[in-house]
Amino acid sequence: MSYDDVWVVVPLYNESSVIGDVVRGVRGTFEHVACVDDGSTDGSAAAARAAGAVVVQHPVNLGQGAALQTGFEYALSVPSMRWVVTFDADGQHQVSDALAMLEMADTDGLDVVFGSRFLDDRTEAGFLKGLVLKTAVGYTNLTTGTRLTDAHNGLRVMSREVVSRLDITQNRMAHASELVHQVGKLDVRYAESPVHILYTDYSRSKGQSLWNAVNILADLILR
Amino acid sequence: MNIVLIQIVLIVVVIAVAAQLFRFRGERSQALRRIGLVLFAAIAVISILFPAVWNRVATLVGVGRGTDVVLYALVVAFLSFAGTTYIRFREMEANYTRLARRISLDEAHRPSSRSDENPA
Repeated sequence: MSYDDVWVVVPLYNESSVIGDVVRGVRGTFEHVACVDDGSTDGSAAAARAAGAVVVQHPVNLGQGAALQTGFEYALSVPSMRWVVTFDADGQHQVSDALAMLEMADTDGLDVVFGSRFLDDRTEAGFLKGLVLKTAVGYTNLTTGTRLTDAHNGLRVMSREVVSRLDITQNRMAHASELVHQVGKLDVRYAESPVHILYTDYSRSKGQSLWNAVNILADLILR
Repeated sequence: MNIVLIQIVLIVVVIAVAAQLFRFRGERSQALRRIGLVLFAAIAVISILFPAVWNRVATLVGVGRGTDVVLYALVVAFLSFAGTTYIRFREMEANYTRLARRISLDEAHRPSSRSDENPA
């Protein structure tokens, strides 16, 4: 399988030290990688381009949600695109998980597959981080009518049909819940698939602080 | 009635602020905001000239003193200001995002897209 109809969308913001390896890793399997450079100031865009990704550059920093939506619109402009995979730029995600999710979508006839780090015990989230993520997904399930175990996971597989109907307006971190909310409202089939989030020292040092949970909640309530 | 200096200063400030705020562009909501602003300025001038009015209002609505009524009104006014500002800010952000996205996508589709000079 060549996965010529798959576009991997990577929101990118100041990850120049790892993005090259991440893009090369992804391109070992998927040819098409679109990095949305969200106004990085550290040469991330050049590193991504050198690794063979298409780079779409925001002129200013808008936030990860905005970068995702830009990536979706870019992918939609490619007529042969049938699947979008969203993938984090910091090396937390495994290409093998994305592959398994695509396979699952294909065999089970799903439109969306969300990655979840809580479906098996490979991922070692700290207690507090786990608690915050569980609270977040609880709130998301409560307000969107979905039944997920991990709403704030950047690894997802979505069909063209679904991507074309999404409109992410939460520029900052609340976009993950917004995306789940919008998918939940569509009449499409979705499921979760276990993924392994690799918490390295690097990703931990860059990872969103727990204070962000407060911001996400406020964004969602004031929607 | 003898006008004190502070009264003159306050009236000038109120009128100046009102005049500034008047310049916002918009439609019906803007028109309503302007009417409210004129009323607000009028009330402000009246209460500067006749501070005792608020005491009468206070006894009318059952609040202790006139200053308390003014404080409550201020709290309500500030909250509604914060609310409308938040909404307008969100709208502005959405427009700004659409504009930036348009630029990004247009550039991405051009054969020789932007190089990587970073405006530090």
